[in-house]
Amino acid sequence: MELFLKITFAILLLMMVWRLWPAAKDQMENGPKGSSAEWRGFAIILLAVVLFVALLIAMVRG
Amino acid sequence: MSRVISAPRSQEQVLSTNKVLKNTYMLLSATLLFSAVMATVSLFLQVPPMAYMISVIGAMVLGMFVLPRTANSTSGIGVIFLITGMLGFGLGALLSIYLQLPKGPQIIGTAFAGTGIIFLALSGYALTTRKNFSFLGGFLFAGMIAVIVAIVASLFFNMPALSMAISGAVILLMSGFILFDTSRIINGGETNYIMATYGLYLTIFNIFIHLLSLLGIMSDD
Repeated sequence: MELFLKITFAILLLMMVWRLWPAAKDQMENGPKGSSAEWRGFAIILLAVVLFVALLIAMVRG
Repeated sequence: MSRVISAPRSQEQVLSTNKVLKNTYMLLSATLLFSAVMATVSLFLQVPPMAYMISVIGAMVLGMFVLPRTANSTSGIGVIFLITGMLGFGLGALLSIYLQLPKGPQIIGTAFAGTGIIFLALSGYALTTRKNFSFLGGFLFAGMIAVIVAIVASLFFNMPALSMAISGAVILLMSGFILFDTSRIINGGETNYIMATYGLYLTIFNIFIHLLSLLGIMSDD
């Protein structure tokens, strides 16, 4: 039963990739390109999320 | 000059955007509350862990095939409550496993608070700065495809390091999606509040699930 569920889940996930692919391709080829300042701003936000998650991990370990 | 400078938006467009934003956050609050109720019901019924995967599969089928066809009608509201109710019910089955761990309640509480803080901080940032994060589209979609392929591999190969890497990547990708989705609503890119709610709900659900997994692995329980 568990294997059947895993296979069904995997098929659905691959169907999702199949449906996402055209949108992803279009976004990568024709989507707006960010400036280096915009990407730097986004990288800082991601870094803040990483540090916050590290803090949460330290809280549950300590 | 690759950037397109958009024309100033009319008052009508601004009012329409504010309406979509208000409806999205109201529906998001209601669906999150409904999920919490369903998770509590599932905890009380002590459903088996398998219920989590069954609920996720059911919700995925509805989200991929039914919601896009009903999102422009009132029946879309019923479908989104069905999806979020199923995910909440499945979540209860998962939480019952974590509650059996020595630090289980602490892990769940920390993941819950962490998810809330990440969502509020990032959506608050996108709402107050009103920056356009549409440039993230290609990166987020490509990242999502890579993560989905890795999740399929992790279903059949039990590798804790891969699970941790996937959880970390999903948290970062979903953080990007919060900025991207919120910015799309603000800039008029998403005008359907049911689809907007579905997108934001999934980011919250995924951050919570993967934060739970990461904290569970890292807590040595």
